[in-house]
Amino acid sequence: MPEREHTSKHYEQQLRELKNKLLLMSHQAEQMIADSIRSLVERRPSLAEEVINRDDEIDKLEIEVDDLCYAILALEQPVASDLRFIATAMKIVKDVERIGDIAVNIGERAMELIQEPELKRLVDLPIMADAAQKILKESLDAFVNSDAELAEKVILKDDFLDNLYEQIFRELLTYMLEDPRSISRAIKLIFIAKALERVGDHSANIAEMVVFLVRGQDIRHGTRLDRGR
Amino acid sequence: MKINVGRVNFFYGKQQALYDISIRIRPQAVTALIGPSGCGKSTFLRSLNRMNDLIPGARLEGKIELDGEDIYSDEMDVIHLRRRVGMIFQRSNPFPMSVYDNVAYGVRVNKLASKRLEVDEIVEKTLRAAALWEEVKDRLHRSAMSLSGGQQQRLCIARALAVEPEVLLMDEPASALDPISTAKIEELIYNLKQRYTIVVVTHNMQQAARISDETGFFLNGRLVEFNETKRIFTAPVVRETEDYITGRFG
Repeated sequence: MPEREHTSKHYEQQLRELKNKLLLMSHQAEQMIADSIRSLVERRPSLAEEVINRDDEIDKLEIEVDDLCYAILALEQPVASDLRFIATAMKIVKDVERIGDIAVNIGERAMELIQEPELKRLVDLPIMADAAQKILKESLDAFVNSDAELAEKVILKDDFLDNLYEQIFRELLTYMLEDPRSISRAIKLIFIAKALERVGDHSANIAEMVVFLVRGQDIRHGTRLDRGR
Repeated sequence: MKINVGRVNFFYGKQQALYDISIRIRPQAVTALIGPSGCGKSTFLRSLNRMNDLIPGARLEGKIELDGEDIYSDEMDVIHLRRRVGMIFQRSNPFPMSVYDNVAYGVRVNKLASKRLEVDEIVEKTLRAAALWEEVKDRLHRSAMSLSGGQQQRLCIARALAVEPEVLLMDEPASALDPISTAKIEELIYNLKQRYTIVVVTHNMQQAARISDETGFFLNGRLVEFNETKRIFTAPVVRETEDYITGRFG
C-alpha cells in the first residue's frame, strides 16, 4: 500500500484493517513456532498443548481476512497497487495459516517426544527454529514495509534452512543406524526439522508475493530471480 | 499506426490546454483516454478530427497524422476528414427525423448511394453493425426521438458508421445510460474494433479497463502515461497514474 491515502476514508480504513489482521495473524504464527520448539527443548507438555489450542485463532483470522478481501474486491473494485495488495493478502494468508498448522504438528510431535527419554541434546534444531522464525519475521517485515529488497534477501536465505535440514537429517540417520531403538524418536525429530524447513518455504512464498506487490512483477518458480545463487 | 500525434500543444486563446502530447494510436484497437475533468482529454479527442477548429481563438501546434497524412495541412479537406474520423457524443443527438432517415442522411449527403434499394441495404447493414436492427426493424419510419436513450446512442453510432469512417471518436458515449444500455454500448465497441480504430474518452475507469486495449492518462493538459490497459490497471509505471486510478487524489 503506498503511503498516500485514498480520498475514500472508508476504503482506506478497510485496507488498513486487512493489513492489521494479517499482521496479527502472522505474529501469532511466529509465536506458535517459537513456543512449539521451546516446549520440546524445555520439555513442557503444557506449552505444547497451548500451541495446539492457539491454532483456532489463526483459522478464525484466516476466514476474516478472506471475507474482507472478497468484500473489497466486490465493493471497491481495486486496481493497480491496491489490486496487487488484495491478491497478495489472499495468497499469503494461506501461507501464514499453514505455518500455524506446522506449529501444531511440531507441538504434537513434541508432546510425544517429551514422554520418552531424550535422544540427544538438541543443538541444531533450536538454531533451525531461530532461523525459521527470523526468515518468517523478515518476510512479514518486507510485506508491512513494502520492502522488495528485503524480500529478495529472504528468498535467498531459504537455502540456509534447506541445508540445515540436510545436516540434521544426516546426523539423525547415524543415530538410527547405530541403535534401532532410537528410530521412532529420530523420525519424530526429522519430522520437526522438515516442518521448520517448510516454514522457510512458506516464508519464501510470502517474500515472492511481496516482490510482486511492490514491483508488479511475478518472480515465482525462478522466473525472474536466480534462486541458486 | 493509424494516428500519429507528435508534440502537440493546444491553446484556447492565450490559455494553453495541451502540452507536448505525443501518442501513437493503433488501428483495430480501442484506445481509452482517462483523467479528471479539465485535464484536456476531450480537447485532445476533438483535435483528432479538427472539431476544435469551430472554436474561435483555438490554435494547435505540432502534428497529427492520419495514415501518414497531416490532418492540419492546408490541403486537408476538413469535411472529408470528419467523414473518415466520426464522432459520438455523450448526449445522443439524433436528428429530429425517422430512424431510417437518421442513418440514410449521411449516405445521401455524401452520395454513397442514391437508389432506394441501395440505401435500404446500407441502413440495414449499419443498424445491424450498431446492434440495433432487431430492436428497430419494425419501426424504421417512426421518429428517432421515440427510442430509448441507449437505443438513441446506438442510432448515433449507426449514423456515424453509415458514412464508412475509419476512426470513431467517442466522448463519454455511455455516461448518460443505465447499466444495461452501457453494457450494450461496450459490447458494441468491442465488436466494432475489428473494423475501426476507436478512441474513447471516459470518466468511468472500470469502463476504460473493460473495453480498451491501450489507455492514456491525462493530467493538467499533459499525457502522464500511455500504456497497455492491462499494465495501467495492474502495475502502472508513473506514480500520478497510480494515485489517480486507485483514488488517491486531492
